Amino acid sequence: MTDKLKQANQFIRALPHARALGMELQSLEMGTAIISMPYAERLIGDPKTGVVHGGAVSALMDTACGAAVMSHPSNPAGTATIDLRIEYLRAATPGQTITTEATCYHVTRSVAFVRATAHDEDRATPVAMATGTFTVEGRK
Amino acid sequence: MTRRPAPEPVQIVKQRRDAVLRALVEGVPYVQFMGITFERRGDELTGIMPYKDDLIGNPILPALHGGATAAFLEVTAIITLSWAFIWEDMESGALDVSDLSHVHLPRLPKTIDFTVDYLRSGLPRDAYARARINRSGRRYASVHVEGWQDNRERMFAQATGHFVMPQRKG
Repeated sequence: MTDKLKQANQFIRALPHARALGMELQSLEMGTAIISMPYAERLIGDPKTGVVHGGAVSALMDTACGAAVMSHPSNPAGTATIDLRIEYLRAATPGQTITTEATCYHVTRSVAFVRATAHDEDRATPVAMATGTFTVEGRK
Repeated sequence: MTRRPAPEPVQIVKQRRDAVLRALVEGVPYVQFMGITFERRGDELTGIMPYKDDLIGNPILPALHGGATAAFLEVTAIITLSWAFIWEDMESGALDVSDLSHVHLPRLPKTIDFTVDYLRSGLPRDAYARARINRSGRRYASVHVEGWQDNRERMFAQATGHFVMPQRKG
């Protein structure tokens, strides 16, 4: 792991809710963040199937989108979610890690636009897709 | 002349409704992990997410994690929708509640999409939410959820979601 990634991972671990859900930062650069969330019993939303709750996927998406904004070359000092829409394409396979890749594809003086995709170990069809807008809290 | 049967004693009715709600909420590990509970007034539910440090997303402000807020609203939408689906069968007797410790609940609705509108940052306090089912058909439902903290009139987030309903047998 590079020093930069190590540093970024410390940032994710400093977010109590991200840590509580077991999120791990895989990559963070130039407005793109990849964060994974290993399967755990506490994340189960449907006790009959063992499928992870949509809320946990939402939290992963939100974290990845926020991290993508923070890593954008325009260097925002902070960010908060304005709006986030998530589409659940299919149930995540129980037992598998869910990985989200979020890209901040445009930043204005006050708004950052982000898209994200979540996969489990089957890369063919995403588990969920997200579109969000985030605030831009001044520049460093 | 036939006499109307005596109404069920109120405590029996309450006991049955509360046991079914408990089975619905306590059966979901993620709801337990988040610490979310529900209060019932008749058929109306209010979701409660008591504050804990694990829910923080921005430790400097501090503010609730946007994902925790989204999850809370989605949990409230799903439980409210499922509760409305169960209610009719529970009241008519179609749902077997003879053994309240083993209520066989129908499958949960599945989220198609969920859109959260963040109105202000979530404070490190308890949060509350109520869902309104705007439409519930045989296959799809549309639900709106409002979340607030100290003041009911000042929502900190709202959301709209679409769901696929479980299919009734037969």
